[in-house]
Amino acid sequence: MSIQVTNRQVGDVTVVDVAGRITLGEGASALRENIRELVAKGNKKILLNLSDVSYIDSSGIGELVSAYTTVTNQGGTLKLLGLTKRVKDLLQITKLYTVFEVFESEPIAVRSFG
Amino acid sequence: MGGKTDGNTQAVDVYLDSTLESVDSAEELVLKVAREAGFPEEELHKISMAVRETVVNAVVHGNRYSAHKKVHLSACLDQDRLLVTVADEGSGFDPDSLPDPLAEENLLHQSGRGLLLVRAFVDEFQVRKLNPTGAEVRLVKRLTHAP
Repeated sequence: MSIQVTNRQVGDVTVVDVAGRITLGEGASALRENIRELVAKGNKKILLNLSDVSYIDSSGIGELVSAYTTVTNQGGTLKLLGLTKRVKDLLQITKLYTVFEVFESEPIAVRSFG
Repeated sequence: MGGKTDGNTQAVDVYLDSTLESVDSAEELVLKVAREAGFPEEELHKISMAVRETVVNAVVHGNRYSAHKKVHLSACLDQDRLLVTVADEGSGFDPDSLPDPLAEENLLHQSGRGLLLVRAFVDEFQVRKLNPTGAEVRLVKRLTHAP
């Protein structure tokens, strides 16, 4: 299964539901384009829901970092929701757990944006 | 794709095109050997990650997508170890000379984490320069039986 990216609005937070594989090629670029469009439209509070991401490689990890810096550089905030054990392990190995704010619960994540 | 696979001896020896499609092929071929060897699901995932990252490096950085260059993949079971080699026809590389992706100043770089993940997911990782050109990455994953 390739990637599916869907945006929905919860208050002033844009939740980006990502499903499938974030890997080099189509998967990574679809996510990148979506984040860039959201930022260009002025969305500054973005919650990336990765609970249905089945597979992510180093390019996919790179896209998460790129999404984070794209949003942050525009004065926005990007947080992560619903990491599977495999994605959590990857963030631990790459030390990115120290960079991203990660949540298990969507309501708590949404409220955290303030 | 050229080469041979042998289901009876749980071995793969193929030459793959320098395309991203070859990453999927390599993953599938190695997983077949690993599955038959009895690796559990979580270990299969780690093998899959390590093979994909290694073949991506061979295609993208080694052969630079050249239609004239191949990626040589081999995989076999040696007693309780899965041995995988991935060779490209590029100019070779020294893994110790690459920037440390865990250094504070590199944490927000978009790329450079592939080898870190490979090393994390296999038991042994070696790179050697081939003569006259190319790099060969050798991965070893041990099969540990549940008690």
